[in-house]
Amino acid sequence: MSTEGYTTADGRKIGGVLMEMKNITLRFGGVKAITDISFDIREGEIRAIIGPNGAGKSSMLNVISGFYVPQEGEVWFRGQKRAPMRPYEVARQGIARTFQNIALFEGMTVLDNIMTGRLTLMETGLAAQSLWWGKAQREEVAHREKVEKIIDFLEIQPIRKTPVGRLPYGLKKRVELARALAAEPKLLLLDEPMAGMNVEEKEDMCRFILDVNDEFGTTIALIEHDMGVVMDLSDRVVVMDYGKKIGDGTPDEVRSNPDVIRAYLGVEHA
Amino acid sequence: MLYREAGDFKTSYVKDSQTFPIKADRMAYFALLAVAFGVVPFFINDYWANAVFVPFLIYAIAAIGLNILTGYCGQVSLGTGGFMAVGAYACYKLMTGFPDLPMLLNVLLAGGITAGVGVLFGLPSLRIKGFYLAVATLAAQFFLVWLFNKVPWFYNYSASGQITAPERTMFGIAVTGANTPAWAKYLFCLVILVALAWLARNLTRGMVGRKWMAIRDMDIAAEIIGVNPLTTKLSAFAISSFFIGVSGALFFSVYLGAAEVGEAFGIQKSFLILFMIIIGGLGSMFGSFAGAAFLVLLPVFLKNVLVGGLGWPTDLAAHIELMIVGGLIITFLILEPHGLAQLWRVAKEKLRLWPFPH
Repeated sequence: MSTEGYTTADGRKIGGVLMEMKNITLRFGGVKAITDISFDIREGEIRAIIGPNGAGKSSMLNVISGFYVPQEGEVWFRGQKRAPMRPYEVARQGIARTFQNIALFEGMTVLDNIMTGRLTLMETGLAAQSLWWGKAQREEVAHREKVEKIIDFLEIQPIRKTPVGRLPYGLKKRVELARALAAEPKLLLLDEPMAGMNVEEKEDMCRFILDVNDEFGTTIALIEHDMGVVMDLSDRVVVMDYGKKIGDGTPDEVRSNPDVIRAYLGVEHA
Repeated sequence: MLYREAGDFKTSYVKDSQTFPIKADRMAYFALLAVAFGVVPFFINDYWANAVFVPFLIYAIAAIGLNILTGYCGQVSLGTGGFMAVGAYACYKLMTGFPDLPMLLNVLLAGGITAGVGVLFGLPSLRIKGFYLAVATLAAQFFLVWLFNKVPWFYNYSASGQITAPERTMFGIAVTGANTPAWAKYLFCLVILVALAWLARNLTRGMVGRKWMAIRDMDIAAEIIGVNPLTTKLSAFAISSFFIGVSGALFFSVYLGAAEVGEAFGIQKSFLILFMIIIGGLGSMFGSFAGAAFLVLLPVFLKNVLVGGLGWPTDLAAHIELMIVGGLIITFLILEPHGLAQLWRVAKEKLRLWPFPH
């Protein structure tokens, strides 16, 4: 595929390569979680990673967000090869993520949770903040305004001051998305954003994901099990099975790929 | 006007993030400050200062300090007594080594030295959590007490092994030593407490506090959103130890006047402060004050009732008092594990809708 991007079926312009994974191999002792996988994520697109259970999707996401360091292969982000780094350094580069099993701060309010998302963007030091005066207060308010926009956007105004521990599952998922969005990420990683939701909540979540991509131009990489959702949302899909890449392309291409069909539906025994 | 949250609308984010968002709370707070500064100093006598006010003020500082570390940042510490001892001995060395330094500076420097020691003993927290960290800080407690006992330089080679606070003044008035008037002790501690509490509140409501709480609630998620665990945990240890060091310095120099490390800053002190924040409420400024007040006032109150009111012999009363305090702590923790601060919060939530809860 060319480097200058492409136009999607619905007419959105997709830019150049934002992140590229080159020949990634990840081993845990003798177990190969990921074997020699390469793919790219382009600016502005919604990229899905799918595959049966244990295919290595979450490991892939953990490689991108810095939890795991692959034994072989290179991670390129925004035209630069990334040295092995800690997750918080990855966050500072502009990669935000959500988790499969929600990882919110239960003891803090929704507002504080989302505010933490902006900490990579805030500069005030300890001393200035302890006085709560001038610059520190102005910065806090400026970021609060941004956060309030996200709260509006995701329609969670009424629960702003509620401790997260008290919220139901669907709302927690939304708050987690809000926290990731608050960081104004270049790349947003969503690990099973619809897991455990009912149809209505799934539809809401789909709408939010599309809106995020549309309004903020955020590049999104997501893992999802619901095939209907994946095929509807994503521009391009990577299919993994047993740690290997078995398909890559638009939803239509992937759907008709014989390897993919075999992985999902099994092989016909003659 | 009723005391309640409903109908109190905010029109700016600054107003929304203030410490006391409810108007009645704000007025109560200013009234309390006015009484504390304008009324109490004129009526305070030695008994009230030594039995109630000064220990309360000093323990409140220590409780805020430990609450920052344990309540906000989630790092359990049993080394509070040891860190108070660091503050006390640092203050003593400063007072005797540099007789011309103003007392306030001595106290703050002692806090700074304790912060350094706290960071040192906080390093294990990068590797271990929970009970294991508690044991590591317990080691700090025993090591520090042993150190101050064993090395004569710390107590200036005095024959008794004790440290005794010489007289030091602020604005010409003694704040340490035998000639200190009760109101001077009280005001000196009060000013420091109010200033430090204000700093702590600012830290905990802003991004520093959010980082601490993020580490407390889920350290992996905190790291993924950009919290550096190293600097965050160590900053909590540093600031917490600063507070505890200041309280230790005051405890020795203003309150006790003379101290022997094992007796004044032993393991029971660590537990006392830990009980204060557990009973008051972890992760709450109000809880630090409430817990300190509870554990300082309760024994005084019981003593007055049992000895003064019922006329029991003092030794019997002293033992019964221990049992009652212990029993109350257990009962309290079963009924409200999140402490006095949570009780207060629940009451406020009820009042928000009262008298029409549906």
